[in-house]
Amino acid sequence: MSFISVFDVLGPNMVGPSSSHTAGAAAIALLARKMFPGDLKNVEFTLYGSFARTYKGHGTDRALLGGIMGFSPDDARIPDSFAIAEKKGLSFRFLTNLTENGIHPNTVDIRMADDNERTLLVRGESIGGGKVRITRIDQVEVDFTGEYSTLIVIQQDKPGVIAHITNCLSEKKVNIAYMKLYREEKGSVAYSIVESDGNLPEDAADQIRRNPYVHDVMLIQSQQGGGLR
Amino acid sequence: MNFKNGKELLELCEKEKCAISDIMLLREAMGTDRAKEEIRNQMHRTWNIMKNSAAAPIRSPKKSMGGLIGGEAKRLSEHQAAGKSICGDTLSRALTYAMAVIENSSSMGLIAAAPTAGSSGIVPGVMLALQETHGLTDDAVVRALFNAGAVGYLAMRNATVSGAVGGCQAETGVAASMAASAAVELMGGTPQQCLHAASTVLMNMLGLVCDPIGGLVECPCQGRNAAGAANALTAAELSLAGIRQPIPFDEMLDAMYEVGKRLPHEYRETALGGCAATPTGCSLCSLN
Repeated sequence: MSFISVFDVLGPNMVGPSSSHTAGAAAIALLARKMFPGDLKNVEFTLYGSFARTYKGHGTDRALLGGIMGFSPDDARIPDSFAIAEKKGLSFRFLTNLTENGIHPNTVDIRMADDNERTLLVRGESIGGGKVRITRIDQVEVDFTGEYSTLIVIQQDKPGVIAHITNCLSEKKVNIAYMKLYREEKGSVAYSIVESDGNLPEDAADQIRRNPYVHDVMLIQSQQGGGLR
Repeated sequence: MNFKNGKELLELCEKEKCAISDIMLLREAMGTDRAKEEIRNQMHRTWNIMKNSAAAPIRSPKKSMGGLIGGEAKRLSEHQAAGKSICGDTLSRALTYAMAVIENSSSMGLIAAAPTAGSSGIVPGVMLALQETHGLTDDAVVRALFNAGAVGYLAMRNATVSGAVGGCQAETGVAASMAASAAVELMGGTPQQCLHAASTVLMNMLGLVCDPIGGLVECPCQGRNAAGAANALTAAELSLAGIRQPIPFDEMLDAMYEVGKRLPHEYRETALGGCAATPTGCSLCSLN
């Protein structure tokens, strides 16, 4: 059992009204934004289940839009995120999907795009108490929470790539808490996801990029003392 | 330094000759490898958010996102200021502030969940009312918040604080239980008396269902935060008067969890039963 902090009880500090439908939504979008390297110009949110049914009354839409602009769940600008996005020239759209079955009730797909045809799809679930997990990146199913510092390597599924990643991390003295590999099918695109307790050094990511089979590297640093404090 | 249940917590208090709040602060310091001072400062920030979230809707009321509530705290405050309250100073303030926090939350204001967003009014409501009517310092209240945290931690560890799992008794019930225990410590009670009060609240709120109209954290949530604050002060008063609670906190927590798990799903945050399923509740759903 993981340690329950007194601030897990008296917290998270958050913009209301709902830890799952508001704070969790902002947290998912904030993680998604950290994964998108481009200059975000266009974002489309597809809401499922309870998110789709109750998003207006819970301000889920404002929280998602706030998160995608980098606001934390306790950022007081969240209620005004529509006006802020318009001012920034960020175009956004909300869609609902109430027909998809077998999906967590508080799920959102976030499709991000810049002006140079770079796109990224991130699927997140809000699992209660403001806690979230990311379950899909583009077409590949993954599973991580962003509570740890997280390194995501998009790579060709070839021998030696994993060894390259762990070598780079070990040279930088990174202590790996978890490491998982996700792939669609053998030999195609794979995602290595590494979670670590401390911050991950930027230059380790640069070094990992040098391998010819590595397509891209994303680095999500955990905030001081957890994502929602 | 850790404890798994109320019994172990009381044994630690006895052994170390200290309050529940001291044990909880020590547990946090050792479990997170942070200095006590840093943790206390963080709790001061939490307390500031709580105070602001109770004050804002009285100063400038806002309509909730779903449109079901808004303006209640200001009304209560004016009623009390006009000398018309039938509850007495501490209780009427606790009701006002508990409702204010939910009003603030439902209009997308900043709150600290305690232990959840839907039950976030009870702990600040009770603490702020006692602070104002008994001239207590912020330091004293912040200390008491660690006591509330200990009770909430045990509920999270050994039962649930989720309305979707255990009904409203798990949310406002646990929040009131935390507030009662903290109030007893704040007013000079013993650790044993704290857990008596916490246990009494769980007993008095046992079986309360979670049935939010339209699935939103507005009604009946706001009123139940006021009722939870009243329950907390009731239990604290009984305990401080020396009335013993025969059922230990750990056993009441188990009972609450068992009752919660056996609630039909209509009564666990699905908005399919109770208030949400009344003809009027259903017609209000369409507001969303």
